[in-house]
Amino acid sequence: MFRSLAPPEYLATIDRVKCIRCKRCIQNCGWGVYSWGGDKILIDTFKCVKCLRCYHYCPEEAIEIKDNPTRFKQNAYWGYHNIRNIKRQAETGGIPLTGMGSDLPYTILFDNLLIDACQVTNPSIDPLREPMELRTYLGKKPSSVKIEKGKDGKLKLAEPAPPQIKLEVPIIFSPMSYGSISLNAQKVLATAAKECGIVMNTGEGGLHEDLIPYRKNIIVQVASGRFGVNPEYLNAGVAVEIKIGQGAKPGIGGHLPGEKIPLEVAKTRMIPVGTDALSPAPQHDIYSIEDLRQLIYAIKEATDYKPVSVKIAAVHNVAAIASGIVRAGADIVYLDGFRGGTGAAPSIIRDHLGIPIEHALAAVDDRLRQEGIRNEASIIAAGGIRSSADAAKAIALGADAVAIGTAALITMGCTTCGKCYTGNCSWGITTQRPELTARLDPEVYAERLINLIHAWTHELKEILGALGINSIESLRGNRERLRGVGLDSFTLDILGVKPAGR
Amino acid sequence: MNHDYQKDMAGCGLTGLISRKRRRVSGSHIAKSLCLMTDRGNGLGAGYAAYGIYPEFKDFYAFHIMYDEPSVRRTVEEVLKASYHVEKIEEIPTSPVRAIPISPLLVRYFVEPLKEKLVGDVEESDFVVSTVMRVNSEIEGAYIFSSGKNMGAFKGVGNPSDIAEFFRMEEYEGYLWTAHTRFPTNTPGWWGGAHPFTLLDWSIVHNGEISSYGINKRYLEMYGYKLTLLTDTEVAAYLLDLLIRRHGLSIPVACAALASPFWKNIDRMDDGERDALTALRLTYGSALLNGPFSLLFGHSNGLVGINDRIKLRPLVAAVKDDVTYMASEESAIRAICPSPEKVWAPRAGDPVIVGLED
Repeated sequence: MFRSLAPPEYLATIDRVKCIRCKRCIQNCGWGVYSWGGDKILIDTFKCVKCLRCYHYCPEEAIEIKDNPTRFKQNAYWGYHNIRNIKRQAETGGIPLTGMGSDLPYTILFDNLLIDACQVTNPSIDPLREPMELRTYLGKKPSSVKIEKGKDGKLKLAEPAPPQIKLEVPIIFSPMSYGSISLNAQKVLATAAKECGIVMNTGEGGLHEDLIPYRKNIIVQVASGRFGVNPEYLNAGVAVEIKIGQGAKPGIGGHLPGEKIPLEVAKTRMIPVGTDALSPAPQHDIYSIEDLRQLIYAIKEATDYKPVSVKIAAVHNVAAIASGIVRAGADIVYLDGFRGGTGAAPSIIRDHLGIPIEHALAAVDDRLRQEGIRNEASIIAAGGIRSSADAAKAIALGADAVAIGTAALITMGCTTCGKCYTGNCSWGITTQRPELTARLDPEVYAERLINLIHAWTHELKEILGALGINSIESLRGNRERLRGVGLDSFTLDILGVKPAGR
Repeated sequence: MNHDYQKDMAGCGLTGLISRKRRRVSGSHIAKSLCLMTDRGNGLGAGYAAYGIYPEFKDFYAFHIMYDEPSVRRTVEEVLKASYHVEKIEEIPTSPVRAIPISPLLVRYFVEPLKEKLVGDVEESDFVVSTVMRVNSEIEGAYIFSSGKNMGAFKGVGNPSDIAEFFRMEEYEGYLWTAHTRFPTNTPGWWGGAHPFTLLDWSIVHNGEISSYGINKRYLEMYGYKLTLLTDTEVAAYLLDLLIRRHGLSIPVACAALASPFWKNIDRMDDGERDALTALRLTYGSALLNGPFSLLFGHSNGLVGINDRIKLRPLVAAVKDDVTYMASEESAIRAICPSPEKVWAPRAGDPVIVGLED
């Protein structure tokens, strides 16, 4: 009898000559692929997700993880994932879940945009010799300022400026809750945020007490489950974010299974141990834009007017929605594109709902300018930022800053295997199993994440220098410095970008 | 397709002078200074702006308009007459110059907005700006290239000496002059593309390429400006109008927004000043002029010279008696002021602000 009509995706193999039977693979695999057979390692390759933990920890380089060559017959219409999902659904009757952002081959607009550089008529600037400024402030900006000369002859502000979140680079960490990721993973984010002068976001899982020392680099989130929310929590960070939606699963809620709710998570979320943590699809006190306004101002009242961010998934009508959010009083609009990551989402939702961040960002930035309210809120672009080039392109399209989630997790060992929802992450990231989370040393991995931010910082400075500008605000919304390659005229028009050659 | 434009790029030379005592000097003076910098232009554009040249009409807005087709003239004049009292209409006097075989029709109007057109709390200056924007963006073939009081811009396609001769600059006397020679790298060969650019009594001459043009343009559009000329310089002119006239910033503060101090310098200031400049930068980030430039901007009460934040284009200043000179090259100053009392190169981002004595 067959075990499943969906063949394993990967073949975990061990070179029996090289293997010294040290059993490290058994110990490292969170999925139970390996077991001890008395005289050799046994392999259950159905369980393998190709996270490569065993490969990196095998001292003899005896392990190889191959893509299973036994696939369904190739069919240009019935794709591998279509057939595989049907077979799985035939076995379970359920909704196949997935983690990470969509991996389907939709057009990636970032890869069809190229950045300008200087030649002759304007000099490029060497970032190693000249100042190159990436500092960014998130929050509502006044349309004008009143500055007067004081008695001492020095300039001073006539009216106080609205509160801002200061970032040394225009990159922040996207919300990932304690529960969906481990506390150690959150500590990595918090440590790196503090070191790099940026911010991380609690997600909707509350704030663990161990993160209190990092509060100046934390945005706390209020989502539909309201986990861990109390006045102290609202005031714990530099800003509060209301999560309406997520790019990977627009319009649906969240479900953190009880297996990922041990005591510490339960305490932080203020729910019983082992119960499923359900985040409803809508926030049940926000059924309209005017309800959102009330929550924004309730939070402002509770926090002595800290900046409030509103996070939405990029959907078809995103420009009008974002305009409403700004008019409702939000200081920051966080746009999460459909490539955005997730700890758990039905793959049918992740792969088919929402729109890419590039379109959404361009449309929102345009709309806020048309309405003369672009200064009223900062825009954060998220959902598939893979490199500093993506970040630069997003900023040129109009973002104030970008948020990265997946890229940050990759520094911790993630290989985007997409099985975050199982709670078995062998790298100790998306799991609460103590023997797995213990292997993610916050200090060691924070160093790697700090390296990434530093590397992207250097790259952004090189890009600015090539563009002949020495401050990030001259790139922000400067679509004149982007050109499209192989894009149709409708798309170019939406992006507000000329084709290359023009 | 608002984004689908061809931006104009140019290298340039500029010069300017101001008599702080309002002593009026002939245009031949500034033309001599400009004509020295032959390497800085390629004959595809030059221009002059002068203040104090129309004392007999000083209370009227002097509209200098170029018409590509004489037939457009009537359309524009109908628009003007509907909203303005027109004191005088005349063709701008020109002399035939062999190097300038063809030119647009050039007419000047001394006008004043009709009181009944200024409904509500509309400022007279805003009304004039909206007329300029409307004519320039909506009437094909007509372009208002000067709209201030007791001042005027004169510009066209040609080298500096030909343009000076064509417009008979020696016949005008002004207390403040700016001038510009142009080295366009992709010119549409259009008279409107030459400098100076003006709006109300602001005039700008500019050497450089504003690498932040794309965002400066989109920022200005949010405030109703229509950028029709596709040049960097137009952006600078409108930014000054927005910051100084509409937002009420002082000239030094506006300069600190357009060529803002670096954060490392702001961080070192005392609390009050740091807060002020931080607020200024984050409010006017999209107005920051980034990229190589030196520019002079004139207005009825003074002349300002400013460089980009790391001085990627030259600017030299000099003083002799009551006159301050600023130019791309010291030689252009010495051509008309052989022995200045003081000559200096202003530091990057540090504006030279000169006002009138009265």
